[in-house]
Amino acid sequence: MKSRFAPDRGLSLRMLVTSFLLGLLYVVFTAVLIVLIKSAVLAILVAGGLLFAQYWFSDRIALYAMNGHVVTAAEAPELHGVVDRLCALADVPKPAVAIADSDVPNAFATGRSPRSAVVCATTGLLRRLDADELEGVLAHELSHIAHRDVAVMTVASFLGVLAGLITRFGLYAGLYGGFGQRSGDGDGDGEDSTALVFVAVVAVSAVVYGISFVLTRSLSRYRELAADRAAALLTGRPSVLAAALTKLSAEMAQIPTQDLRHAEPFNAFFFAPALAPGFSLSSVFSTHPSLTQRLEQLAELSVQLGRGA
Amino acid sequence: MGFLDALLGRSKPVPPNLDQLFALPAAAVTLQVASDLRPTGIGSVCFKAAEGAPFAGIRAQVEQLLALDGGRYTEQTDDYGFTWLVRHTDPPDLETLVTDLHAVNSGLLDAGFGSALLCTVICFTAGTRPMALVYLYKRGTWYPFAPLDGQRRDNARELQVGAVLGSDLRMEPDPSRWFPLYGAPGL
Repeated sequence: MKSRFAPDRGLSLRMLVTSFLLGLLYVVFTAVLIVLIKSAVLAILVAGGLLFAQYWFSDRIALYAMNGHVVTAAEAPELHGVVDRLCALADVPKPAVAIADSDVPNAFATGRSPRSAVVCATTGLLRRLDADELEGVLAHELSHIAHRDVAVMTVASFLGVLAGLITRFGLYAGLYGGFGQRSGDGDGDGEDSTALVFVAVVAVSAVVYGISFVLTRSLSRYRELAADRAAALLTGRPSVLAAALTKLSAEMAQIPTQDLRHAEPFNAFFFAPALAPGFSLSSVFSTHPSLTQRLEQLAELSVQLGRGA
Repeated sequence: MGFLDALLGRSKPVPPNLDQLFALPAAAVTLQVASDLRPTGIGSVCFKAAEGAPFAGIRAQVEQLLALDGGRYTEQTDDYGFTWLVRHTDPPDLETLVTDLHAVNSGLLDAGFGSALLCTVICFTAGTRPMALVYLYKRGTWYPFAPLDGQRRDNARELQVGAVLGSDLRMEPDPSRWFPLYGAPGL
């Protein structure tokens, strides 16, 4: 099909590089892990199990934590109407629609697959945005579902959690068990090398965790930009999405701090992050790209739409 | 969407399928025989108007095209920000209606705005409350929509019409995609 939007190769490339680096990290990490395999198996199983549960029940966990409830078409006809139309435009299955009773204006999408996904808007969002802006925000959330962001981010953060567990395990064992007490052959060289390997594993794990943390965050930022872009392509109105973003970011700064702190752990799934005012995060660790960066991308799409009559 | 596209967050706009629209006139005969539903002569194209001068330009062209035919058409914007171009043939003439609506579709498609097309709605009536056949561009399928008073719909009637037309039209197999279009023109 002929399309007015040029593909953003740069964004795809950056995302590919980030994913690749994450994968590379995994390979290096596994190699180090083999040294420790006997005692680490259980830890990995537990970590994997927990993460899988989080992934499998992501829709229910997020809804419960945000106090959201699924609404029928009769209860919220306007919200359902917007989601219906967007899904028909994008040709995707319709997710469950939920509303959370919170004055923080925000929306999130979660669920392990497009078939079992939930898109949730807060009452604060519904109250503040007009129909067009709401459509832009929901299109952004539907793009997260289409891109399977819950699955991608779960896999990405799994490695970080894994490394963190091994680090902790190694530190405790080192402190209480003492280094070198395991090889009781009376061979001095053996004790030294075991201790050395142990320290190396711990150090590598810590480094792995730090790197994977930064990479996961940067992957999250790219996926936000990708969702923005897909939403603008779907509605054909990048400027409306930009307006909604600006509006929400301005509103965010005026909300009472207590409520915002309560919402912070869920930033990864939010449309605009709810950060307490005065809390400055380095852009490296942020889950969302800066407002300027998001507005720039949307402005570029708007220019593409206006080009050549 | 492919695995790589999902991994890279690269969903593409879905192109519309316009072919199944022309199966309607034949199906309308079946419908009249089986359920006494006749076309009211009202049909409309629903799309999401994109921002920018090119879209405004192509829209003006399409409207000129419709006006040239000497046909009656109106334009309205609904609560969701979607634009409806409504064609009214009097006496009801399905062939002309479908041809004119197709002209609107291909006009938008050729200009690169095919992904903005949402649905086409053709109205039918058996003398009582009108109902509609809705064509989903992105899936190339049809579904019936029979509204009642106060944002309710007559599911029994929709399923009956769906069953009658099953052999003539490609009906949408997933009922969750039969979304309601309350207040659509002609209903």
